[in-house]
Amino acid sequence: MGLLSDPVRRRALARLVLRLNAPLCVLSYVAGIAWFLALVFPPLTQRTYMSENAMGSTMVEEQFAGGDRARAFARDFAAHRKKSGALPVAWLERTMRSVGLEVYTQSFSRKLPFPDETHERYMVSGTNVYGILRAPRAASTESLVLTVPCGSDSTNSQAVGLLLALAAHFRGQIYWAKDIVFLVTEHDLLGTEAWLEAYHDVNVTGMQSSPLQGRAGAIQAAVALELSSDVVTSLDVAVEGLNGQLPNLDLLNLFQTFCQKGGLLCTLQGKLQPEDWTSLDGPLQGLQTLLLMVLRQASGRPHGSHGLFLRYRVEALTLRGINSFRQYKYDLVAVGKALEGMFRKLNHLLERLHQSFFLYLLPGLSRFVSIGLYMPAVGFLLLVLGLKALELWMQLHEAGMGLEEPGGAPGPSVPLPPSQGVGLASLVAPLLISQAMGLALYVLPVLGQHVATQHFPVAEAEAVVLTLLAIYAAGLALPHNTHRTQAPDRGWMALKLVALIYLALQLGCIALTNFSLGFLLATTMVPTAALAKPHGPRTLYAALLVLTSPAATLLGSLFLWRELQEAPLSLAEGWQLFLAALAQGVLEHHTYGALLFPLLSLGLYPCWLLFWNVLFWK
Amino acid sequence: MAVTDSLSRAATVLATVLLLSFGSVAASHIEDQAEQFFRSGHTNNWAVLVCTSRFWFNYRHVANTLSVYRSVKRLGIPDSHIVLMLADDMACNPRNPKPATVFSHKNMELNVYGDDVEVDYRSYEVTVENFLRVLTGRIPPSTPRSKRLLSDDRSNILIYMTGHGGNGFLKFQDSEEITNIELADAFEQMWQKRRYNELLFIIDTCQGASMYERFYSPNIMALASSQVGEDSLSHQPDPAIGVHLMDRYTFYVLEFLEEINPASQTNMNDLVCPKSLCVSTPGHRTDLFQRDPKNVLITDFFGSVRKVEITTETIKLQQDSEIMESSYKEDQMDEKLMEPLKYAEQLPVAQIIHQKPKLKDWHPPGGFILGLWALIIMVFFKTYGIKHMKFIF
Repeated sequence: MGLLSDPVRRRALARLVLRLNAPLCVLSYVAGIAWFLALVFPPLTQRTYMSENAMGSTMVEEQFAGGDRARAFARDFAAHRKKSGALPVAWLERTMRSVGLEVYTQSFSRKLPFPDETHERYMVSGTNVYGILRAPRAASTESLVLTVPCGSDSTNSQAVGLLLALAAHFRGQIYWAKDIVFLVTEHDLLGTEAWLEAYHDVNVTGMQSSPLQGRAGAIQAAVALELSSDVVTSLDVAVEGLNGQLPNLDLLNLFQTFCQKGGLLCTLQGKLQPEDWTSLDGPLQGLQTLLLMVLRQASGRPHGSHGLFLRYRVEALTLRGINSFRQYKYDLVAVGKALEGMFRKLNHLLERLHQSFFLYLLPGLSRFVSIGLYMPAVGFLLLVLGLKALELWMQLHEAGMGLEEPGGAPGPSVPLPPSQGVGLASLVAPLLISQAMGLALYVLPVLGQHVATQHFPVAEAEAVVLTLLAIYAAGLALPHNTHRTQAPDRGWMALKLVALIYLALQLGCIALTNFSLGFLLATTMVPTAALAKPHGPRTLYAALLVLTSPAATLLGSLFLWRELQEAPLSLAEGWQLFLAALAQGVLEHHTYGALLFPLLSLGLYPCWLLFWNVLFWK
Repeated sequence: MAVTDSLSRAATVLATVLLLSFGSVAASHIEDQAEQFFRSGHTNNWAVLVCTSRFWFNYRHVANTLSVYRSVKRLGIPDSHIVLMLADDMACNPRNPKPATVFSHKNMELNVYGDDVEVDYRSYEVTVENFLRVLTGRIPPSTPRSKRLLSDDRSNILIYMTGHGGNGFLKFQDSEEITNIELADAFEQMWQKRRYNELLFIIDTCQGASMYERFYSPNIMALASSQVGEDSLSHQPDPAIGVHLMDRYTFYVLEFLEEINPASQTNMNDLVCPKSLCVSTPGHRTDLFQRDPKNVLITDFFGSVRKVEITTETIKLQQDSEIMESSYKEDQMDEKLMEPLKYAEQLPVAQIIHQKPKLKDWHPPGGFILGLWALIIMVFFKTYGIKHMKFIF
């Protein structure tokens, strides 16, 4: 008969799985990590290529020569800004109008849930200024956006100057088939979010923004520019956006072709491109770039204005001009020419960018790994959880069957042995308590900040962070199980089974949308989740479990990130950065809708608490 | 005196004889020329030029078609005899930095759009159905004259097609295709309806040679830009406009035609694109054509040359008695058919459809059918046992 319906064969299969379980788990975990590390080597990483036919293989001649004009605009902007302290709205309006655009403004305001210490703002109100260049011979059905986010910390005056000079140049051309919107936002990303919400007529983050007077059509692509110096040595491109979303790879390919054409030095994650991929050096450098991208994508922060455009499925990139100590410098004309070429090519598009990949990893600017090739890594890691769950299920079932035979259950109407019924009831309590802790972790810090500041001498932001940490640590001291059972083994095994399935489901769902976050959490949480049991060296397992909890993963990844950027942190600095990151995470959830905070507090932290419960099962 | 007299008389006789012989030679020379006058057999020229792709990045297909249009018009075919089908408007595309122009050479040397272009089928009117209707003449009576191919059995037609194609098909407007079989059938309909004398079919697409593989009507010569399995390549990009301007094969044809004038005697054998220019291997098909290609002038298809010979002698044309008799018979038949044929009755389809079906020859059942029945019988007897055999047989 069949493999699963024959009781003899089934028992043999069960014995096989139980006996080989530990080696299989170890093998699967190692395979997952090894697959990830192998992603930087040539058969798994491919050269990038332009997939969109409309953007084509032909180069266009760039004619931008407004470098002096850009610098003059930048100086004026910086002077006016210093005088007024905020964005010089009237000057911007006047200048955009003189260049020939249709100018509109938009005001917005927002009260942040608690004061933002990194940007020093709490009640934020500002004005965005944008000018629309209408396509001379086409209907205004589609548009492209060039945006410069201006905040208090980064003035970006050269970027504004370049934006105005490019607008003047573009206004003189007749080959535009799409409208171009030149957007200058105040309070950088907050302004961008306000503008985008008003443009698409939605309200997802509670921002109060005035409606837009002028509109330009569906946005096909956007480029955000950040330049704070007259000359640059390299252009850094940022692709990772809010919640780990990425723009279409064709946009990055477009940027890279113009880098090559203009001879510009372009970097990804601040790292140069390795030339040689055949020896070991290239792939090692690629691995560093890949790890940096994984860490940035996992954090789910919008790393620039472009990250907020991605939510509306507008492909966007951020270009940052870096002025370092290199010998060879490029002036604004070179950057302007690259932008002009990009916009001219985007002008040729007939449909939204859809031919190339939306989900990918980048070991280098001209190399990518597609989703079909990197998914097995997280698949192998989640297989460990599946194997462990299978083993537990079989052990529970065997124990149940073992109890049945000597007990001689009366009649065939009892499919489940009686002790399992008790087990289910004893599962509900830990589940509820850990979910409640997760809910407290999500809701209490922001709600209780005022209460905390009344009783303790801390600022609101510090209160939020410290409450977070306090609730997190308090979860470790919970009462674990409510009543004794006659077969205590069955209790914790059932709980661990549920916890493993819960963790596998969550990590699987996370990995589908944000592979980096799923992979990172899987690497740390899966081994300790598989190992957790009440027998054995309890302190060792407890220490391991704490070290791989979500918060510790966050701390570790911060250290790793700075290490990869070759600016390593000391412990004290790292701790400060960790606290700041916690505050930013909560803040970004409330202001942009970033999902890392709710995922960790409502999803993964309760799951981790279940494993803590399993460890301390009496 | 008598000697001189005789001498002079002999000289006169000789002179007369020579003059007569020269005259006869001259007369026969003129008659040869008169024969050559009707050598090619066609009296009018038509051109059907089709560009099948739209979108800005297919600029080169429109430029291809317009450059052939320009050459054909320059060599004498008037707009009334050209059916020009362009699937998109590149000259007025918002992305065109030089509006109202379509260039074929970079640095904007040659504007093939000009200021007297007449597009007959434009934009979404370029469909497979319209193209086939133009070729076969099955056009609703409301169609304007400029959209009709009013050719007769003495017309030489040039058909030029360009766009994106594959093995056995040509793509129209990114939404439909015409296959080589359909095209061959259309040409056969044209032959049966006496709509052409000779046809030159040029196609510039990828795998263009597959489009003429299925022709089976007489008097067709076909040229293609590449063989099956090869791609036709585009020629030169223009960085100011930002697209490729022409395809290589048509660029070569254009350059070749720029040197042709209505009086040139270049023949079809000279129109061969070298591999260095075209990269792909152009193909040609001449087996259906009854004349030798080296006797076919370029202007037989690309131009409309009115042959005029001025002569002061009278020429006696030989009457071909056979032609006279058959034409007499046709006249008699025409008298019987007094009613004009209506649109629906152009081809007597009703007679064809309601014919008795032809008895097909009986063929024994093929291997597949036999095998299937054997399998069925085997399964039946295996399941139910061999003892049932006696009830069957």
